[in-house]
Parts: sequence; C-alpha cells; structure tokens
Amino acid sequence: MTDVRYTKDHEYIRITGDIGEIGISDYAQKQLGDVVFVELPQIGASFGKGDQAAVVESVKAASEVYAPVSGEVVEVNSGLEAAPASVNEDPLGKGWFLKIRLADSGELDALMDEPAYRDFLKTLG
Amino acid sequence: MRYLPLTSEDRTSMLRRIGAPDIDALFADVPADKLLQELPDLPRRKSELEVERTLSRMAARNVAAGSVPFFVGAGAYRHHVPASVDHLIQRSEFLTSYTPYQPEIAQGTLQMLFEFQTQVANLTGMEVANSSMYDGSTGCAEAVLMAHRITRRKKAVLSGGLHPHYAEVVRTLSRMAGDDVMTMAPDVLAGEDMLACIDKTVSCVVVQTPDVFGNLRDLTALAAKCHENGALLIAVFTEAVSLGLIEPPGAMGADIVVGEGQSIGNALNFGGPYVGLFATRQKYVRQMPGRLAGETLDANFERGFVLTLSTREQHIRREKATSNICTNSGLCALAFSIHMTLLGESGLRTLARVNHANAVKLADMLARVPGVEVLNQTFFNEFTIRVKGDAGQLVEKLAAQGVLAGVPMSRLLPRAGLDDLLLIASTETNTDEDRAALVAALSSQLAH
Repeated sequence: MTDVRYTKDHEYIRITGDIGEIGISDYAQKQLGDVVFVELPQIGASFGKGDQAAVVESVKAASEVYAPVSGEVVEVNSGLEAAPASVNEDPLGKGWFLKIRLADSGELDALMDEPAYRDFLKTLG
Repeated sequence: MRYLPLTSEDRTSMLRRIGAPDIDALFADVPADKLLQELPDLPRRKSELEVERTLSRMAARNVAAGSVPFFVGAGAYRHHVPASVDHLIQRSEFLTSYTPYQPEIAQGTLQMLFEFQTQVANLTGMEVANSSMYDGSTGCAEAVLMAHRITRRKKAVLSGGLHPHYAEVVRTLSRMAGDDVMTMAPDVLAGEDMLACIDKTVSCVVVQTPDVFGNLRDLTALAAKCHENGALLIAVFTEAVSLGLIEPPGAMGADIVVGEGQSIGNALNFGGPYVGLFATRQKYVRQMPGRLAGETLDANFERGFVLTLSTREQHIRREKATSNICTNSGLCALAFSIHMTLLGESGLRTLARVNHANAVKLADMLARVPGVEVLNQTFFNEFTIRVKGDAGQLVEKLAAQGVLAGVPMSRLLPRAGLDDLLLIASTETNTDEDRAALVAALSSQLAH
C-alpha cells in the first residue's frame, strides 16, 4: 500500500516499502508557473533530511527542492529532461523527480498526510 | 544641499555591531608605514590653468604606447582600432543605455549582445557564449567555479603556461570558496606533463594557448584524458586575434573557453576596462555565469531579443546564484563586436596573418643578435627570448633610449629564476622602422 506525505516546503514523498518517490505538490507547481528545467541529483547520492536534492526552474525562478527525509538516491526521472512540463501537468504522477531508499522511516512521522496538508494550505490564504 | 547620509550615532552603532572601536581600526591590516600620518603637502589653492600645466608636465613623463617602438604584450595588446569603432560606440543609444532589464525598451542593446555572443561562439568554436565577463582573468576564475558546480568536485589544476595574473585570480576566488588549486611550475617551453595530474578527483584543467610564454598548445589529448576522468577542460587565451589563425579551442575538445577580448576593438586603456569572453557547450548553459541574450518571437510573431535563462542570476536568486556577476562589459563588448563586424571573417584572418608575419620577422632578426636566444618553437604574435643578464634592467635601459621592448618575465613571475627572460609581442602596429630600432637598441645594450 502507498502513502503520500507532504512537507511545509511543498515537496511530497510517496512511500512504497522502503522506497520514497519525491516531487513537488500541485500547489507548488501552480506557484512556480511553467517549469522549464529540473536539475536532478546523481544516482547513489545521499541526502540528510532537509538537504537540497534537486533544483526546479520555471520561467519565473529557480528553486531548491529539499529531501523530505534522509536516504540514498536510487532512481531519477530522466523523462523530465525532454518534458519538464510534466511537473505542471501531472506533479504527483509523471512529474516525479527522484526516488530514494529511506534511511529512517521514523522521519515520516514528522510529515503531513493529505488532509493535514490541505489544512496547511488553507492557512496560507 | 549637502548630502550627509550618516550621523555620528549611525557610525557608532555600526562600529559597535561589527566590534570595531573606531574607524581607524578598520585599517588595521594596512602596514602602518603605508598610512598617511598627515595630509600630503599640496598647495591650498591653484587655478584650473595652473593645475592643468602641472599635471600635463607630469603626464609628459609617461612613455605612451603609440609614441615609441612598442613590443609590450603579456595579456594586453596594442592593435589598431578603427576610428569608426570609437565613433559608433559613442552614439547615445549605446553609450547611455542601462542594463537591458526591460526588453521592450532595450532591443538595440539586446540585439547587439546577441550578435556579440554569436561572434564569440564562432571564434572559440563553441556552442554558446555569454554576453561577456569583466575581463579574461575573472572569466577564468568563473570558469573554474562553473566546473566545480558541474562536476561536484573541488580541485582545479592550472597549467604552468597560464598567465600568472589569471592563476592569481583563480587562487584568490578559490581560497574564499575553500577549493583546492594545484598550480604547475612555470613552463617556459610547453613541456609539462599535465596528463599525469588528471584523475577522478580533478574538476578541471586550465590551459592557455598561446600560453603566457607564447607557445601554441595542442589540447586534444588533454581533452580526451579530462573526459575519461569526468573532468572539464578549460581553455584560455589572452590574445583574441590569435583565433583568426589557430585551431579554435572548441575544435580541440575544450568544455569551457575563456579569454580576453581587449585585442579586438579596445585600446590598452591602462589595463582596463576590458572584456572577458566566455563560451561553453550547450549542455552546460544553465551553469554558465553572467548574462545571456536570446532570440525569440514577440506577441506578433516578430523577431525580438530578451535576457534569457536568468533565473539563476543574482538579481533573482541572490545567494544561490551561479555567480556574483550581474552585469557585463557592455561598452567594451560593443567595441569588440563592431570591430569584428568591420573585419569580417576574411579581415580577421588577414589581421592574424599580418600579426604572425610581423612576429616571425622580428624573431628572425632578434635570433641574429649576439646575446639573444629565441626560445619558442611555435608562437603567434608573442614569444620569449633569453638575454644576457637581467631582462628587467635591460628593459629600463631600452626605455630610456625610447624603445619599449617587452615585459621582463620577472614582472609576472618574480623569484622564479626567470630573470633573463623577456616576453616580446609584435602586432600589425609595428613597422619595419620599429623592428630596426629594437634590434639596434638591443644590440648596443648587449654589446656593453
């Protein structure tokens, strides 16, 4: 079974076993505008929770994407090179960025689930 | 109305914040004997005419490049700049334009930058060029930082043929960033083995051709070795005219090409302002520092120009920007571009041939002077000679005779045991009379 969690910086992580698929939320892609480029990490790189994992560049700005939890990169979405617009069209599907092997699944407890994230978005006005 | 932005309370609070007792404490790093203890002894008042007379007398003690036989190069070259270049760059549409943040009112500036970039990319044999850096040396340091970003490694290897001032700028910036720099020993005869220094910890190798001693270098093998090890090859030049004749670094496999553009369209200007040229491969464009003008279509589908890929620039991304450069050498780039346009491809080739031919003529003449040895096997318009005795003292004596003979290597590399080496440049501005004057003056000095 899968489980999607969110950060306050609008990254999501979808958990399947000990693998987490990371991307940015629908709210984040709307804020950024048209995504033109995504800079992805190398496979094998390790991140601590909150480290910069990727850079997403829209027509407006280049922004960091932080690792929601710590882990090691096992796969990156190379499809984004040719089709960065997938991030806008399908952020939680085809627009994923990278997959990591979780170092400590306990870190997930600090993240928001779907209803909590929806409530959080309401506080942003 | 006087403009006094700070009150003494402001000063006190600022000093308290940084922990300095008073303003004088900010100068603690300056050696005490270099600080003025009192105001310099100058007359209290003089008329404008008196000041002009005094300063003109002082200025007349300079030996201007255009007034004597002149063979000084080492990174700054005296070339003929057509009068039309200076006339055109002074048109107010160019001269008074602010940085082109608003494309709707800056099409002329943006188109000029786009054409400049196209010329630089063609000249260097690369896919993309930016709209210029401050000068060759800062461009070189930025190239090293860019290589660190791309390779995620922190160690640069600098050739012993790289201009020592460029190496110094790279080391200064790297020291601030905590990066490693390995500088090879001065390499007068282009014999160093850089291949042996390249491994998987190296982010980039920085090589100059023609190098600071004037030698041409084939970069092909270095490029291959760099790429096998995941490192980048940064090719540097200080004499842009050389690219009219020699193989462009892009064709030899360079990943980043940087150099000084002063030679084309720009006078010596006492060492600046100059214009840094910076080109790279398309795949690295997002890590390239500086401004980039791009061609696009407007709402009516007509051709137009904009600053593009600027999302990583300092005015947008501040502390995460690729570079702290947030501008370019606009007017010097314009002069470069106008002169290049006037020359055209065949004109540039002819200019380069004339430079080389003049240098060959001079080298042949100097080789026959007793006490002079020409060291280069290859060169473009600049080469190194070994003289009997101290080259620095020799240059001073020749200057007193009205000949500016070149740059003693001890000026660039003091205490390197190269005090008998003299770097001599010969461009299209040198006449047969200039060459004869140098050879005669040198022969008489060395005969003593």
